[in-house]
Amino acid sequence: MEKFTTLTAIAAPLLRINIDTDAIIPSREMKRVSKDGLAEGLFAGWRYLSPGSREENPEFILNREPYRHARILLSGVNFGCGSSREHAVWALHEWGIRAIVAPSFGSIFHGNCVRNGIVPVVLDNAAVEVLARQVEADPGRHLVTVDLAQLAVTAPDGSRHPFSLPDADREMLLEGLDSIAVTLKRDGEILAFRDRDRTRRPWIYLPTLQERL
Amino acid sequence: MGRTIIDKLWDEHTVADLGDDLSLLFIDRIFLHERTGSVALKGLEAAGRTVRHPEQVFCTMDHIVDTTPGRTDDTRMPGGREFITSTRASARAAGIHLFDLGDDRQGIVHVVSPEQGIALPGVTLVCPDSHTCTLGGLGALAWGIGSTEGEHALATKTLAVRRPKRMRIRFEGRLASRVYAKDLILHLISRFGASGGAGYAIEFAGSVIRSLPVEARLTVCNMAVEFGAWTGIIAPDDLTFEYVRGRPFAPRDAQWEQAVAHWRTLASDPDARFDNELEVDCSQLAPQVTWGTSPQHGGSIDGVVPDPAAESDPNRRQSAERALQYMGLRPGTPLAGLPIGAAFIGSCTNSRISDLREAAGVLRGRHVAPGIRAICVPGSSQVKKAAEAEGLDQVFRAAGFEWRESGCSMCFYAGGESFGLEQRVVTSTNRNFENRQGPRTRSHLASPATVAASAVTGVLTDVRQLPAT
Ligand code: SF4
Repeated sequence: MEKFTTLTAIAAPLLRINIDTDAIIPSREMKRVSKDGLAEGLFAGWRYLSPGSREENPEFILNREPYRHARILLSGVNFGCGSSREHAVWALHEWGIRAIVAPSFGSIFHGNCVRNGIVPVVLDNAAVEVLARQVEADPGRHLVTVDLAQLAVTAPDGSRHPFSLPDADREMLLEGLDSIAVTLKRDGEILAFRDRDRTRRPWIYLPTLQERL
Repeated sequence: MGRTIIDKLWDEHTVADLGDDLSLLFIDRIFLHERTGSVALKGLEAAGRTVRHPEQVFCTMDHIVDTTPGRTDDTRMPGGREFITSTRASARAAGIHLFDLGDDRQGIVHVVSPEQGIALPGVTLVCPDSHTCTLGGLGALAWGIGSTEGEHALATKTLAVRRPKRMRIRFEGRLASRVYAKDLILHLISRFGASGGAGYAIEFAGSVIRSLPVEARLTVCNMAVEFGAWTGIIAPDDLTFEYVRGRPFAPRDAQWEQAVAHWRTLASDPDARFDNELEVDCSQLAPQVTWGTSPQHGGSIDGVVPDPAAESDPNRRQSAERALQYMGLRPGTPLAGLPIGAAFIGSCTNSRISDLREAAGVLRGRHVAPGIRAICVPGSSQVKKAAEAEGLDQVFRAAGFEWRESGCSMCFYAGGESFGLEQRVVTSTNRNFENRQGPRTRSHLASPATVAASAVTGVLTDVRQLPAT
């Protein structure tokens, strides 16, 4: 996974609440068994004029200059709620988004962000609105900085908004770690747990393929 | 101090404490489906990793498969066939249990897993699907994950998970007749909001929950995610044990006795502390229906479309305004009486045999109104078989419903079948998001009985007021 330390970029305010993963990437846009090729379908229901078409809706924020080059998204509460589809995060990432600032996130979505190099930044609603107002005054020049090392967002006017992220999530993003490799370092503990558990809860353990034959 | 059921299951499955409230949890069962499971299996293969305990991993075909009779691997969804064939190939290569098309165990993942005894009280179960919380209805600690976490669980049999806060919601009183589990959970969400449970694992408790049959408990927990919760759970009791007994993957003989003895210890201790507690009185509860594009946009069938202007919170106001525009509704319009174009009974929320019986009870001797497209999709091949053995399929067909093969079907739109532009649908599913059931389709969530009653009259209907046949 790509590492994230700090990013200064154009931020796009999409201040709706409860933006669900169906809206981020509609099901009809998940056409292949693949993590790639999803950017085109990002926000398809809003970005294009009619379902299935590729004719851009000029009103939609990510179709406008300079927001087409945004790397940061500002949004409302419960961003990424709904379906667990990781495709939502893959689509955002492929389109170019690296950080999302919102008052809260859908819990599966939050985990998916961290595993794919997108920083989920929780700031309260008032702070998100302040950021949005400053950005909107001159979006191409009023950039926002997300500093993961310092756990702070710097607004265009230079004010700092600290945020928190669990250590493990922060480390995963900073180092670009592969979570499976990290866990497999504890293989001994996992196997020992399994042996103990098997005597305690034998009914959990179904016969293996060999045992079934 | 006493522990909650959530803490007990957490502690029992903790392999290692990772600090910062993060635990490495042992995962007992993993379920996959062709839509998100295929990409997890492929990702694992691509990384050169294998499934650690394939005998504990299950996969079904439900999301993309066609549900019309005589179905094949071809689907209406563009590219759908690839999902099916790729999942089949990966599942076979990995040696996991596969409930393929034509297998009589096939069906919607969260319907199949209790039915087959794969979800059990006290197990940890994950699936790359947000409605995995359904299985909390049996007393399982079950939650939806992403595909990358799915790869992690498959490769290591564990997941690193942050300990959620704990909430208990007691539903007290008695449900009136024709008021169901679905109404209960819709009411909760409309009252406390779609993120009312955010950050929590929620134990549903109280006299109403205790009196609900297991299938109805699954319906309540199914929508915990629509309440923003990490998951929902209901303490297992004798009703649960009776439900589980004898199912294909459930324990037998001596192990059964041992398992039940263990399951009896899981309920929250009397002095257990929760981070938050709510109580909901259900005695006056009426059938519920949603009017907007979030499950929180709902209310009683005898109510009216609310006026967003009355909403003090600006975000909620804006969301309600947008929703009314999308739904083509005006404030003050009575919900009962709103003309619909279609009715859908199915999904992991309400497609089990008890749901079909309730709907059929309404439809018997009646017919859907002219011009209404009505569809019933049993939740699993087993449900379909059981329904046909009771003659329910005949009731649905005689009433003018299509009777389908099992799957997710039109619970969601994937580029194939849909209800169509601005079509108003009354549906027993769990999500009324914009475009969820088709481009600009307008979904009204309700119980199967309400769906059936509305199909008969052609307008949203209070099932309690349906004239006798
Ligand atoms: S029935 Fe609907 S909500 Fe349930 S798993 Fe299928 S698509 Fe998801």
